[in-house]
This record gives sequence, C-alpha cells and structure tokens, in this order.
Amino acid sequence: MINAAGRIIPDQIAGLSQVRPYTGPFATIPAGRMAGPKIRANKPKSEKLVKSINDAIDAAGLQDGMTISFHHHFRNGDYVLNQVIEAIAQKGIKDLTLAPSSLNDVNEAIIPFIEQGVITALETSGARGRLGQLMTSGKLAKPAIIRSHGGRARAIEAGELKIDVAFIGAPCCDSYGNINGVNGRSACGSMGYAMVDAAHADKVVAITDNLVDHPVYPISIPQTQVDLIVVLDSIGNPKGIASGALRISRDPRELLIAEYAAAVIENSGYFKDGWSLQLGSGGASLATAKFIKEKMIAQGITASFGVGGVTAPFVDMLEQGLIKTVFDVQDFDIPSIESLRNNPNHLEISASYYANPHNGGPIVNNLDVVILSATEVDVDFNVNVITDSNGIIMGASGGHSDTAAGANLSIVVAPLLRGRLPMVLDRVNTIVTPGETVDVIVTERGVAVNPRRKDLIENLQCACLPVMTIQDLQQLAYNMSGKPENIEVSDEVVAVIEYRDGTIIDVVRKPL
Amino acid sequence: MVKLQKAAQAGSVESSDILIMVSPAGLGAGIKIELVSPTVQQYGEQIKNVIMRTLAGRGVEDAIVHANDKGALDFTIEARVTTAVNRALS
Amino acid sequence: MEKKLRRAMMFMPGNNPAMLQNAGIYGADTVIFDLEDAVAISEKDAARQLVHNAIKYIKYPCEVAIRINHIQTPYGIDDLKVVLAAKPDLIRLPKAEFPRDIEEVDAIISEAETLHGFEAGSIKMMAAVETAKGLRNAYEIATASPRMQALAIGGEDFIADLKTKRSKDGKELFVARSQLLLAARAAGIDAIDTVFSVIDDEETFRAEVNLIKQLGFDGKSVINPRQVRIVHQIFTPTEQEVAQAERIIAAYHAALERNSGVINLDGKMIDTPVVVRAECVLACAKSVKK
Repeated sequence: MINAAGRIIPDQIAGLSQVRPYTGPFATIPAGRMAGPKIRANKPKSEKLVKSINDAIDAAGLQDGMTISFHHHFRNGDYVLNQVIEAIAQKGIKDLTLAPSSLNDVNEAIIPFIEQGVITALETSGARGRLGQLMTSGKLAKPAIIRSHGGRARAIEAGELKIDVAFIGAPCCDSYGNINGVNGRSACGSMGYAMVDAAHADKVVAITDNLVDHPVYPISIPQTQVDLIVVLDSIGNPKGIASGALRISRDPRELLIAEYAAAVIENSGYFKDGWSLQLGSGGASLATAKFIKEKMIAQGITASFGVGGVTAPFVDMLEQGLIKTVFDVQDFDIPSIESLRNNPNHLEISASYYANPHNGGPIVNNLDVVILSATEVDVDFNVNVITDSNGIIMGASGGHSDTAAGANLSIVVAPLLRGRLPMVLDRVNTIVTPGETVDVIVTERGVAVNPRRKDLIENLQCACLPVMTIQDLQQLAYNMSGKPENIEVSDEVVAVIEYRDGTIIDVVRKPL
Repeated sequence: MVKLQKAAQAGSVESSDILIMVSPAGLGAGIKIELVSPTVQQYGEQIKNVIMRTLAGRGVEDAIVHANDKGALDFTIEARVTTAVNRALS
Repeated sequence: MEKKLRRAMMFMPGNNPAMLQNAGIYGADTVIFDLEDAVAISEKDAARQLVHNAIKYIKYPCEVAIRINHIQTPYGIDDLKVVLAAKPDLIRLPKAEFPRDIEEVDAIISEAETLHGFEAGSIKMMAAVETAKGLRNAYEIATASPRMQALAIGGEDFIADLKTKRSKDGKELFVARSQLLLAARAAGIDAIDTVFSVIDDEETFRAEVNLIKQLGFDGKSVINPRQVRIVHQIFTPTEQEVAQAERIIAAYHAALERNSGVINLDGKMIDTPVVVRAECVLACAKSVKK
C-alpha cells in the first residue's frame, strides 16, 4: 500500500499484528481505554530492597519472550542497561523484546547478546554507531520499531507496548522506592521518559547508587509504582550523564544558519510577548538561542514558556526572566539539572505530557516555535532524522515529529551540504516527520518556506532573508555537488517508522 | 602525451578535501583509480570521471591513482589531481 | 561611475577547500584568497591551483581578490601565471615597498589579459604597505598603475618593522594609518585598515573599527565571518549601496518587460541571487530608516 506520505508500505510486516498506514498528521481517532499494569499489593513492613540485579530479575519473574524497558536519561554515561542485559543473558533468559526510550553508543556492548538471541526484538527511538548498523543489517528476527517520544508514550498508555519489567536507573531513591533525578552523583535531572514506564509496567525495578532514608523529596516517580530496589556502587558515569554547560557554537556557518533562523522567528508573526519555543540541542539550534535572546531583550518580549531538552543557554533565558516557565522532559548539562532542582519555574514533565497525541493535549500543542535538525529533507518538506545518506540507522526520531505536528511554526535548520552531500533531495531515504508539519527550512545559503504557509511567505518577504523555493534551494546544492545517485536498497524491511499516532509512515529497507 | 616520472601526492584528508596519490604505470596500462569516499554510492562515478577527465586534459594516459576523499567538490578534485600530476612530472 | 564598497575584506586561506567554497556566504564586500602567509611553502603550488579552480567554477556574490606572494619570492610569478587565467577581480600585492613592485605586476597582468582575451585593465590591483620604507613611498605606490584600487596597511609586519608591540588602543599605528590614508586620498583610491587577529576580543575590535571609520578609512581586512558582521554594522549600508541596489532592481524589471531572460547592468550579466541581494539591501535600508 502507499500511505499518505507517498511511501510504499508492505501489507504485512513481521511482528506487527496489523499494519496501519499513515493517513495524515491528525487523521487517527483513538479508540479504547488506557491500559494499565497488573494490580498488585505490597503489605506494610515489606522489604523492596534486593541484594543484586540477579535477585531483582528473579523477583520480577522475568521469563523468555517478555518485554523489558529502560530510560536513556544517562545518555553515554549509562551503566544500567548494559549491566542488566548481561545479567539476564547469564541467567539463560532469551527472546526478549528490548524497548528502551532510546539507545546510545555506549549500548554497543549488548550487540553480542542480540546476536546470541537474548534480545530478539527492538523498539526504540533510535540507535547510533554499530548498534544502528546492526539494526539496518536485518539480523534481528523481526523489524525494529522506531517511535517518537510522544509515540512511545502513546503506545505504552494504549497497551500496544506492554512492558513486563521496567528497569529504572534512579539517581536518588528512598528505601520504599520514591525516585527523583536531581540528587546524587548520577543526577540526570528530569525523569520524563521513565515516568511513563513506571506508571504502566507490570514490575518496576529501581536501580540506584544513592539510597536514602524514606521519604525523599522531590518525588518524580512515586513508591506506589516501584516494586524492587537494587543498590549498585555506580549506575552511571557523571561525565557521560551530564556535561559541563553546553556552549553555543562558534562555527561561522552554524552561526549564520542560526542568525537566519532567528530572523525567520522574528518576522513570522509569532514573535510577540507571551510566545513559546523549543530548541534542539544541536549546534545551529542552540546558537539560535543567542540571536533570539538578543531580539527578545531589544524588543522587550518574554516567552510564556519553553520546552526542552533543556540546556544551559535555555536555563540562562529562564534565569534572566526572558522565559517564564520551562517544561523539562530531559536535561543535558549540569546547569540544567541544578535549575530543575532549585527553580520553581522549572518543571519536570513526563513524555506523555510532553508529546503524547492521544491524551487531553500534550504541551507541544501549545508551542509557537520549534527549531529542529535533520539528516535530510526533500522537496516535499519531509524530514529524515533516523538514517544517513547511505540508509544506515544512526539517529533518533526523538521529539521531532511530535513538536513539528504540535507547533505553530516548525523550523528545520541544517547546512545545505554535509561534506559533498546535498541536504535537500528529491526524496529522503526515510521519512520521520511528514512535510505537512514542516514549515521552514533554513540553510546558510537559502531559506525555503512550505508553499502551504502563504501567511509565512508573505511575512518573510521583507525580512532580509535569502528566501527561495525549495526547488531552487535543491538546485543550489546540486550546482555545487552534482546530483547524487540514489542508494540501492533491497525489499527486506529492517525497521518500521511508526508515526506518533501508531500508523506506519515509512519503513527502513536493508541497503544493498 | 606525458609520462609521470615519479609518485606524488596532493591535497589532504581535511574535510571537503581529497588526497590524491598518483604513480607511474607501464605504457599502455591505462588509468587505474582506487577510490575511498564516504559518498562512494552517491558520487563515486562522478569523482572518478573528474579524475579521468583531468588526467586526460594533462595528457596522462597511464597512471595508478589512489584517491582518499573527504567530501571534495569537483573543483577541488580537479585542482588536486592537477597539482599531483605537476609534482609527478618534475 | 559606481564606487565599489570594500568595507570588509575577508581573508581566506588559499589551500583550504572548505573555506574557499563557503567564502561567499558571509556577506563580505570582498574575499581575499591568500596564497602568501596562510600557505606553507611546500603547498604553494597546490594552493594556487585550488584558488584558480575555485574562481573558475564558483560564482561568488562579491569581489574576489587574491593575495599573491611578493614577486621577488620564488612563488609570486607562478602565482600570477596560474591564477590570472581564472580572471580574479583584484590582485593584492603584499609588502609593497617601491612603485616598480606595482609596475612589474601590472605588466604581467597586461600580458595575461592579452593572452586570455580579457578586457584590458579589467583585473585590478591593490597593495599592502608593511614596512617603514614602503610607507615613505605610499603615494608613489598608490599611483604606480591605473589598476590600483586600494592601499592597505599590514599592521603585524609593520609593527615589527617599527620594533614595537601591538597595544589595545593602537597608538603605535597612529602615524602609519594617517600617512597611509593621506596617500590613498591623494591618489584617489581606497584606504583599508589592518587585520585584528584576536577574534574573541569583540570589544576592542569594535573600538578599532569605529576609530578607523572616524579617521576616514574605507574598510578593514578581517579574518573571521563574525568580524564581517561587525564591520558592516559600523559601516552601514551607504547611499551608494542603496543606489546600486536600485539600479539592479531597475535592470531586473527592464529585463522582465523585454521578456528577456538576461539581465544586464554595466556590461555584466546579473542573475537571481544578485537581484535577491539587491532587494534585501533595499529592505534593510528601509528598515534601518524605520
């Protein structure tokens, strides 16, 4: 079948009971009720603390064929996922579905366990390096499922992703299982992705290196959702969990892109007192903060709220009173963690509050402006963030399609060429975010506005920007590099890109 | 037609550059190109064409070429091949 | 005749493909591809070939200049032989000390123009004075050829020649700047100030740009795109730039009326990016007035 994004989707895909093709960003009307964990009881004076990961695996009743989950708040400083998988493997348990909120380079260590059949299915936002290559090679028994952050929360709440055991790295955990992410040497800030897992998994194991007396405060994940607690010497590498303050880029090309993006915002019609924004953590994205901040100060404009992926430049704007409230689903650096801990206007939110399209309305619905990155875009404004130009999985869906759908103005920033590769193509290798939800593409050589947005085209006419059609932008790129040959792919589907509403917007086929 | 006197190289492995190494080959051996490039699928043929065209333009008919590409555009490839050939002729 | 704006003249190392291909996006009035100090001796041949190709194949939206090696080095003549074939807009001669330096280069350029069939006099020159001796001859250097468009002061080398050190307020360059400016004005050409190499010290840079603007300089050599922005901010779009932009738009409309796909102005073909830029200049000027 051909879906509404123009992509050919097989009628049947291994591992999916039903293939629902994408029919538009808001076409799906959900039905049914929210799913929940098995009801359990924990008597007074019960002891949740177990001696080791091994004991926790036993006590949780983990068996062959189950689904386990982890959060990725520790990024490349995470020790939990790899250790738990190794322990599971040593117990001879196999055929598990691994459903972390995302995977990073550090998780390459689990490749042998995938090859041995301990893990036979993956559901994640993305994967990098060798793990991404493995996923693209088709060695998994069935195609991986790639979901956005909002889509994962939706799938968990709808019961499509049923988590049997959630292993939650907990920077601060009290003796009865109340968890927060802001205290302890492995502090990561917001526990946004883990909060959904904890609320819906049948068994929840907290893994901590900082066990404190009950009751702890603040509470991100309540004791009512936690069954077992394991104490380790260390659950992560602080340097990998949170870097020093993320700095704004000094690369002249990124700064130029950022300058143009800020000018787009300024002239879009959305730049007025009370507006709201979300920035990515990429170079050009963060640099836009610098320029938009200058304009806000100059014109006396404050933002009613910001959403992140929170970084130091964002916190800076909060502390200067330029942003009134920050909604935080993930923190990247130490200043952000400290801000969450100390600033009452800096609020932790779950992945569901952030971006789940099937609830009373996530915060992305209220966003005015979001700045996003891309590996590729095409002349229909479709965006790829998951595969590179050779069709290999190396990125993550993340909040990209969620924020693009929710925000009034979605801006994609990227250099026109990466090396020799044009970033504007006839067709992206993989669609993650459909063109209908993407408004402006900003490169250092040109700015293209989606023809659907006649209002923006008019507003940006006299904005001192190199505005051009997307075709002209593509031609600029092709003039420099030449037109690229398409990569060849087989028919074998190795990953499924699930749109935030559970429909299939694209598939990744194994490159030849 | 010119005959390369020795092996020579030009360019670098910096981003957007290409490292071209040319060495003499026997009379009638033709041009043999070994290309390493992150964009070999998308631009491999085109890169080789530019190398061939530049060599032909300088009158080089027999040579072994190793090209280590880091995303160079055509103007850079042509320049590096030209310089490598000049160095191989002196 | 239109006066060419040279507010920021941005240096780019000539042997760096990434920088050459991106040189045009930062909006500098002039880009200077450097074959001299930025290029190691072992790479002089590679650099001149790369710069030749860049100019031949890439359409830059601004004036393209090349700083060759001095013709008394083993490299200068070869630089000219290779790069002139690509028809740069301007050749910048470093370390000019005597008018005959200019005359020699002028003669080589004339030969090349004939050889390649370029319009005689179409390739311009400028010279950098970098020594006390050169400064004494500044006027003669400036008038040594009708190609001469600008005189620059090469601060780092000049300060070394004076046997002193750079200071924040630049008082050691006071006389040199003044004398250079006088020579340029007397000769009727542009005066361009020296490079400021501490990229992170934006405050001192701004102070310096404001100073030289006040002294009467037409522009400044820069080494980083961030500096371009600041220089152009301080030397705001002049009435000349607005007038030129209006002429470009008029030529564009005239071409539309004729149903011609070719837009002509001053004997040069104008294409879309130039028209877009002109529209932008007018819009910017309008918004500055607001």
